[in-house]
Amino acid sequence: MDQTANQLQDQFQQRIDLEQKIEPKDWMPEKYRQTLIRQISQHAHSEIIGMLPEGNWITRAPSLKRKAILLAKVQDEAGHGLYLYSAAETLGISRDEMYEQLHSGKAKYSSIFNYPTLSWADMGAIGWLVDGAAIMNQVPLCRTSFGPYARAMVRVCKEESFHQRQGFECLLQLSKGSEVQRQMCQDAINRWWWPSLMMFGPKDDESPNSKLSMQWKIKRFTNDELRQKFVDMIAEQIKLLNMVLPDPELTWNEQTKHYDYGAINWEEFKQVIQGNGPCNKERLEARKKAWADGAWVRDAAIAHATKQAKRKAAAQTYSAKETE
Amino acid sequence: MLQHTVQTCIHSDTQLKYLLQLADNALILSHRNSQWCGHGPILEQDIALTNIALDQLGQARNLYQYAALLLTEKTGITTTEDQLAYLRDTGEFKNCLLAELPNGDWGQTVMRNFLISSYQFFLYQELQYSNDGQLKAIADKSIKEITYHVRWSADWVVRLGDGTAESHARMVQALELLWAYTGEMLEPCDYELPFIAKQSSFIKAAWEAKIAAVLAEANLIHPTNDWMQSGGKKGIHTEHFGYLLAEMQFLQRAYPGLEW
Ligand SMILES: [Fe+2]
Ligand SMILES: [Fe+2]
Repeated sequence: MDQTANQLQDQFQQRIDLEQKIEPKDWMPEKYRQTLIRQISQHAHSEIIGMLPEGNWITRAPSLKRKAILLAKVQDEAGHGLYLYSAAETLGISRDEMYEQLHSGKAKYSSIFNYPTLSWADMGAIGWLVDGAAIMNQVPLCRTSFGPYARAMVRVCKEESFHQRQGFECLLQLSKGSEVQRQMCQDAINRWWWPSLMMFGPKDDESPNSKLSMQWKIKRFTNDELRQKFVDMIAEQIKLLNMVLPDPELTWNEQTKHYDYGAINWEEFKQVIQGNGPCNKERLEARKKAWADGAWVRDAAIAHATKQAKRKAAAQTYSAKETE
Repeated sequence: MLQHTVQTCIHSDTQLKYLLQLADNALILSHRNSQWCGHGPILEQDIALTNIALDQLGQARNLYQYAALLLTEKTGITTTEDQLAYLRDTGEFKNCLLAELPNGDWGQTVMRNFLISSYQFFLYQELQYSNDGQLKAIADKSIKEITYHVRWSADWVVRLGDGTAESHARMVQALELLWAYTGEMLEPCDYELPFIAKQSSFIKAAWEAKIAAVLAEANLIHPTNDWMQSGGKKGIHTEHFGYLLAEMQFLQRAYPGLEW
């Protein structure tokens, strides 16, 4: 590395250390740019793929109020995708390229969305646990070093905490309901608990990208730190539901002032990431189908806009001639 | 099922039938539009159509809540919006057939929205002068939303009608399919007459003019077939409708009488 590159590098790290935001036009190490593109686009894809499992219950919501809440929630996730794609675009990648990476399987998305939604209670469990885990990850991102990402996350986090409360409230209603509803509620918690713990990513000693991301203040807490925070929060909240978490080893540790929890099945995590989760194929197929089925619509919109522009230009030339 | 007394009350009351018809149209169209959520051709448009579905759901809820209130007063039996939406069978729903047809492609979906929203626009404009204060208030609120629905869907009809050879061909097909279902909206049935007898011919003329103008802009030839399908307003629906309700009402039917 020559002198100037070294200098730029140092200045960049200084700005990070001073908590100054990096903006799209600023110099940044290529690796920083690539890390962010990967992380933000993966995050955007997760929002979009994440619409599918909950979208699965929109037409079956059990009351008009719940239907409205769910529909608005899934729509919010689309909005999150939009903010995040826009933030990634400031780093020099187009939305179409990002879609291409998603559809080809090159880009990943959060594995949690490869699990099926089997009952209405899953809508509550997803809001409470999945949006809840997402918030743990995302609140620190509101202070992440890249400006557009941090600003997008501020908007996202406001809505996510709303989603979490709605999810909890949905489960609370079930927990106060009939025996069938209570079973539904417990069953959903059983199925979503472990996958939501996996949302924080591999254990710290097995998380290869973490160190640099911490140095660049893209990340501010380690995977395990965030996971612990989440466990501590949920272990308290579940008491209000009179339900249990499916972990016999979950216990309060007086020394650490944290909850201890059982071993996560990392083999399952690996399998789902590799494409072997229960819904990986369906989720990706649904997105690819929407994209392919929409091709003629997008083409037509462009063709119409082009024709309109030509017509307008022609009309202007004509009126210019008239007034000559 | 709704309690017998409630059912009989609806049966013998034109105002209730009228309100339910308005509500059913809004709910069923919302339901169909909501099926696009997560599957739209363009992310921004996925959001836009979901927004419309949410507006329509909101309109339906206002109308059901009003009808439920009247029913509670008249029968002494507490009736709710959810009972009206989830516990009536196909024969009791009064929405137009046009609202319940499957979505088809994006072109068919925007065309259907354009045809119905345009009708709702002129209808709700009249309802803003209703003697019924509650209905007037609902119309006042809805008209702002519907104005946007008309503009959004008309823009899409023009875009796709004018766009490419393929999009044009698809819009011709969509219009041909849907046209035969438009007449039902425009011809008032017995329970509508007390409310819009005087205005219906104006609404029809205004709707026709709006449709003709937008179709012309979209380079789409105005259909000439005038044979119209009907039945929805009287509870005689398409084969598709039973499946729609089976899906929508599943939880309320499988686990009756619970709070969700
Ligand atoms: Fe989100
Ligand atoms: Fe969310």
